[in-house]
Amino acid sequence: MLILSPTDYQALWLSAKVASAATLVALPVGFGLAWLLVFGRLRFKALLDGLINLPLVLPPVVVGYLLLLLLGRQGPLGGLLQKFGIQLIFNWKGAVIACAVIGLPLMVRSIRLGMEQIDPQLLHASRTLGAGWFDCLRTVVLPLSIPALITGSTLCFARSLGEFGATIILAGNIPGVTQTIPLAIYDYTSTPGGEAGALSLCLLSIGLSYLVLMLNTLLLKRFQRNQA
Amino acid sequence: MKLNVEVMKSFGRFEFAAGFQVEGARIGIFGPSGSGKSTLSSLLAGLVSPDAGTIHLNDRCLFDSISKINRNPEQRRVSVVFQHAHLFPHLNVERNLLYGFHRTPAERRKLLLEDVAEALDISRLLKRSVSKLSGGEKQRVALGRALLACPDLLILDEPLSALDKRLKEQIIPFLRKTLRRFEIPYLYISHSLSEMRLLTDQVLCFADGQLQETSDAETLARQRMTGNRHGYLNHLELSEPREVGGMLGYRWGENELLLTDHEQPQAGLFELSSKDILLFKNHPHALSARNLLTAKITELIPQGGSVGVKLNCNGEELIAQIVREAALELNMDVGMTVYAAIKASAFRRLV
Repeated sequence: MLILSPTDYQALWLSAKVASAATLVALPVGFGLAWLLVFGRLRFKALLDGLINLPLVLPPVVVGYLLLLLLGRQGPLGGLLQKFGIQLIFNWKGAVIACAVIGLPLMVRSIRLGMEQIDPQLLHASRTLGAGWFDCLRTVVLPLSIPALITGSTLCFARSLGEFGATIILAGNIPGVTQTIPLAIYDYTSTPGGEAGALSLCLLSIGLSYLVLMLNTLLLKRFQRNQA
Repeated sequence: MKLNVEVMKSFGRFEFAAGFQVEGARIGIFGPSGSGKSTLSSLLAGLVSPDAGTIHLNDRCLFDSISKINRNPEQRRVSVVFQHAHLFPHLNVERNLLYGFHRTPAERRKLLLEDVAEALDISRLLKRSVSKLSGGEKQRVALGRALLACPDLLILDEPLSALDKRLKEQIIPFLRKTLRRFEIPYLYISHSLSEMRLLTDQVLCFADGQLQETSDAETLARQRMTGNRHGYLNHLELSEPREVGGMLGYRWGENELLLTDHEQPQAGLFELSSKDILLFKNHPHALSARNLLTAKITELIPQGGSVGVKLNCNGEELIAQIVREAALELNMDVGMTVYAAIKASAFRRLV
């Protein structure tokens, strides 16, 4: 039986909000990076590839800490943003940044796999028929990458739902502000008598993740049906 | 169409270097695999940049390494039909056809979708997904798509080589008819002499990345008579047939030829191998072959161990091929009258 407190509902809502926003941030960035890696004529492609994949192999806490150094008030980017009144740490936006960075390698990998299936001759055909590179990207590469975009978004969303290490460092663990489901579970487990609350949130997590996977399958099926 | 090319390009060990100027509407690029034909196609379309040189199409500069001009593919007005159709899988037939059309300025649009679709017999397929098309249909859509972009030059880069023999035979008439009707100058790339003869006027021959000679398909076919398993293939334009004792009698100039082909009893272009023609010095009185033509030898073309015998059959030209010994034995000479026997089943319809 699920017993949820108001803060649990807040954690649920925040998790969904942060994961959605992180996916929306990572999607265009991931698409651009995947395009560069697959079709770009870059000299240091391997270096860029390594950099993108770094958050996948680094402990999330390390990523969170590096982001804190970058975006903190004394950080090079954080200081600059501060002048425009933008603060990205210790609020929900920080959680979004942390989740987007951690989820980006999964997003790029999925889109890249999809783009690598596109026959380069289709791009040649498009260009010789009068499409400029951006037109070709918009009318050929993008529509043919849709299944990969769906899969990449699902993975990024699911990874964001489970994000803990980078979020707690960059956004903190403030109930109602930055406390997502994993952080709330952590709080329950370190509080005597919090087992029931932790278990309820675990079940909620399973349900939410399952829902996302189902949605992914449904969207892919619908896309394939439309193609046929 | 006037094309002026002077380019160099190297890919590792392979070096492509060509310098030529051609003027015409039906140009062929002929050569074996690896001769650089497709490299030329990519260089002209702007898909690959030359290391050095110039490319001018109708006095419009497409590439100049010295002036640092390198027009993007979309600015060149050069459309390509590739070996495989490469239709956009996410668009239906109609939207594929209109892809280039929509990107062509209104004042340069010369063709209409309806006309092109009708000429290529794809009107009934317009709303269909491209995944549901046969190989021949796909290639016809690819041709229509390239035509509708109204390019200054259409490159047909081995458009039939991925199709089987039967499909090739089906699509060649469409190609001939459509290319003739819409009058878009084209460069036809192929290693098939038969396609060259049907679709081009001038031919540039490439080998090992170099232009070897500029000729015409007819001359090339005659030069390569001995190397070809079927010898030289005569092309005969035959007019409407009539029924003659279970066979079809087609008019060929002043002559009548009897054929067993009943599949399409109508006028057309037929192929006859030079090796399927038997020559007699004297009239053979009893003969199983249904066609016996009286012909005058106009030229003897010795090639390796055989001799090509050019014949004038009541004003129509035919080339037969016999071994050198037979020519010596029959004492063949220009001006001599001979009898050419051809089996009714030796003809093959091309168009």
